[in-house]
Amino acid sequence: MSRRLFAALLVGAAALTFGPSPAGAQAPIRIGAVLSVTGPASFLGDPEARTLRLYIDRINQAGGVLGRRLELVLYDDGGDANRARTFATRLVEDDRVVAMVGGTTTGTTMAMIPVFEEARIPFISLAGGIEIIEPVKPFTFKTPHTDKMACEKIFEDLRKRGLTRVGLISGTGGFGASMRTQCLRVAPAFGITIVADERYGPGDTDMTPQLTRIRNAPGGVQAVVNADFGQGPAIVTRNFAQLGLGVPLYQSHGVASRSFIELAGPAAEGVRLPAAALLVAEQLPDSDPQKRVVMEYKQLYESTQNQPVSTFGGHAYDGLMILIEAIRRAGSTDGVRIRDAVRQTRGFIGTGGVVNMSETDHMGLDLSAFRMIEIRNGTWRLLD
Amino acid sequence: MAPAWLTPRRATVAGLALLLAALWLVFPSGFYFRIATLVWISALAAVGLNLLMGLAGQVSLGHAGFVGIGAYAVALGPRHLGLDLLPSLGLGLVLAGLLALLVGRPILRLRGHYLAVATLGLGILVWLVLNSEVAITGGPDGIQVQRLVLVGWRVAGAETWYWITGLALVLGVLVALNLEESPTGRALRALHDSEVAAAVAGIDVARAKLAVFVIAAVYAALAGGLLALFNRFVTPQAADFLHSIELVTMVVIGGMGSSLGAVVGAAVLTILPQALTVFHDYEHAVLGLTIILFMIFLRQGIVPSLAALLARRAP
Amino acid sequence: MDQLLQFVFSGLTVGAVYALVALGFTLIYNASDVINFAQGEFVMLGGMVTVFAVAAGMPLPLAALVAIAVAVATGLALHRLAIEPARGASAVTLIIVTIGASILIRGLAQMVFDRQFHALPAFTGEEPIRVLGASILPQSLWVLGGAAAIVLALWLFMERTLLGKAVRATAANRLAARLVGIDTTLVLALAFGISGAIGAIAGILITPITLTSFAVGTLLALKGFAAAMLGGMGNPVGAVVGGLALGLLESLAAGFISSTYKDAVAFLVILGVLFVLPQGLFGRRAVERV
Repeated sequence: MSRRLFAALLVGAAALTFGPSPAGAQAPIRIGAVLSVTGPASFLGDPEARTLRLYIDRINQAGGVLGRRLELVLYDDGGDANRARTFATRLVEDDRVVAMVGGTTTGTTMAMIPVFEEARIPFISLAGGIEIIEPVKPFTFKTPHTDKMACEKIFEDLRKRGLTRVGLISGTGGFGASMRTQCLRVAPAFGITIVADERYGPGDTDMTPQLTRIRNAPGGVQAVVNADFGQGPAIVTRNFAQLGLGVPLYQSHGVASRSFIELAGPAAEGVRLPAAALLVAEQLPDSDPQKRVVMEYKQLYESTQNQPVSTFGGHAYDGLMILIEAIRRAGSTDGVRIRDAVRQTRGFIGTGGVVNMSETDHMGLDLSAFRMIEIRNGTWRLLD
Repeated sequence: MAPAWLTPRRATVAGLALLLAALWLVFPSGFYFRIATLVWISALAAVGLNLLMGLAGQVSLGHAGFVGIGAYAVALGPRHLGLDLLPSLGLGLVLAGLLALLVGRPILRLRGHYLAVATLGLGILVWLVLNSEVAITGGPDGIQVQRLVLVGWRVAGAETWYWITGLALVLGVLVALNLEESPTGRALRALHDSEVAAAVAGIDVARAKLAVFVIAAVYAALAGGLLALFNRFVTPQAADFLHSIELVTMVVIGGMGSSLGAVVGAAVLTILPQALTVFHDYEHAVLGLTIILFMIFLRQGIVPSLAALLARRAP
Repeated sequence: MDQLLQFVFSGLTVGAVYALVALGFTLIYNASDVINFAQGEFVMLGGMVTVFAVAAGMPLPLAALVAIAVAVATGLALHRLAIEPARGASAVTLIIVTIGASILIRGLAQMVFDRQFHALPAFTGEEPIRVLGASILPQSLWVLGGAAAIVLALWLFMERTLLGKAVRATAANRLAARLVGIDTTLVLALAFGISGAIGAIAGILITPITLTSFAVGTLLALKGFAAAMLGGMGNPVGAVVGGLALGLLESLAAGFISSTYKDAVAFLVILGVLFVLPQGLFGRRAVERV
């Protein structure tokens, strides 16, 4: 190798390392995330964090956004609202993020909302609670379906089957408690009578006492609905089979991950749940607008993370993509302009459904985004 | 030699006040003020708990329950009772004190660590009520708190709260130091490992311990009320078991029996998680390791161990 | 009747696990006055290591042995690296050391393993056994039988071996034990090792029923501590009875009173018992010397 060529190579290498690269010409665009990666909601927060890391990397490899790199600043709140609030302050005042995706639980989200509203920074939450977007707050959005929609979808299915006497069993965590409240509220509108209302605590390992009470509810019970996520629903499903209640069991969108079927085992046969199309990606007709998006996400996630895809990670995907598209459309990283662009999201196809936001709707999903799914032969089966 | 008027008690309080002013000058952003405010609030609860652990030789494993009572008092008082925020806070303090009295009276007559079990159960009970009675407390997703308005002045901003909570802490430490130096306090401290000896010395040990327990509960409730007013939001986690354990850890790491130690312990456990975010996924492992190392190398707690070290150095 | 029986089955299964955790607490407490809050992590390690060893292709019995070995090693390491270096510190300081250790073990477990929930297949089938209208899983019988076997083995060890007698002597009076030439450090290390093994076995037996994850230890430590206090801290028989009683209390309260407040009911009963019997159900009375 000639000396000159060597020198040229050296300069070239230096230019690559230090010189202006296409995506690094300016300071990176910082996107904040506060997720419950550990703690009681880690079942949701872990796939959310993995999804954000995965896609931020991919977007950067493809050249970033507005010619700038993205930088993810991610903190773990451990499910604690006070800590989430502190990290939100840190994101706004210290890290100077332009937008925020995250807030795994409704509790942490509600604690963080004032910080982002005050700083006028767009905040896309990944939690289910309806109070996040009702009433509408100027800078706050969310991607998952609300727990009220889950109740409505389940009750709609019960009405179709002519079942009206329902036993409710819910976890006392944020997800279960909130869904319990919503289900109790909307039940009368569907002609449903809640004949038993049982609860179990975080980490409880045997729910046969509660299910025995439901079985012996005066007047009898025609179906059981379980509102919770994580290991609770798997144990409820096993105990349900052990006791042989012999009526239909409905789970919520909180179990929308393959690990539920693995954990509940054969007891999961026949369980129904409302969930996003992501779970049944392969079974969607090719004409379904969501088919391509959900297949891509599922394949990329499962091939890189070595674990089954869940709809929770999907919510993070939707939130990030809605945000990125909004930044592109706004052509700016100004908080108000990004917010306006997020609000103008129309026909966005995500893993959770087709999103149409507006000034009065900061979620943009309707009941059609939920599919009724039944577990058959150890796998999901699309019912409608 | 320090001048005679500068007693350790006065020096501690003056030092804290100076620290308050100095930090105010150097802090670059509201985030730092928020962290400091959280330190002052935790420290207030820890100073109270330290009285119980240092003076009465008793451990409360449910102290966060009192924090929760104070916090939910300011959330629920205006909502359900139509009270203003400050009377609500006062009500919370009274409630916490009464509850401590109710539980402590029979328990503290027994010898041994039954207060630990009783408070453990009490803390879990408080958490259960806050978490389960969704219609009243908002349940696990928490509840909003009104903004504090003091004679027409809307209290807002981390900097303002930094001063309010900081001054509350200085006052709290002053009261605690006076208690420690009171005749009963001295006697309790000297004798807490031998109740028989204390009784021989003419002290109604059970009564004195009960008084300290009630005071510790009120400190915790005040901390909870300030936390809720500052965040304007509260969840049942304020009262949960892990928070109780955190408070005990603050006292022991800082140095049992030292009010200043309680403040230092609160600072360490509040700031560490912020500093450890650089370790990403390993932050919990590093946190656990740090606690172990602190206890091995500064086994009396940070403040007493360092004080002993300094005393050995100085002629 | 069938209802009551169902609650009893549920309570005994859950209670057996509390009993084993309480037993672990008791062993270490007797040897050192330390309440080892990392006790729940041994249960977690038992379940998680077995799950991952099985996933790596090991047969279940071998995987279980590996898990027990890991938990014993963790217990010994906890003693050697954290408790021994802090020797001479107050009991409260040592308790905080064990809290730090539990945070550390959990923090490492979520990195080494993952943050998902996992199950193990039941040892002998999933088909519930019907008894008088109630049903019990075969795995519950494994849990109850396993707990009974551990208690028996521990009793034999304590009563029939020299080492066991040294442990009992240390528990009775540490200074006197040292004076007659018992190596109390060795006894304490032994206590940590055995506690690790008992915790791990509990974790392996229960995982097919309750599932496991890196975070299951905290709550078990809390419940086990309550059970140990109910039975009288420091008494192995008390620990077992306290654990079973706590499990039964919880399930009966959930079945007959309120599933929301079952933990509160359990604690109220514990407090009631302590008022009447301050030393716990089987506690020994301490005499204070002045």
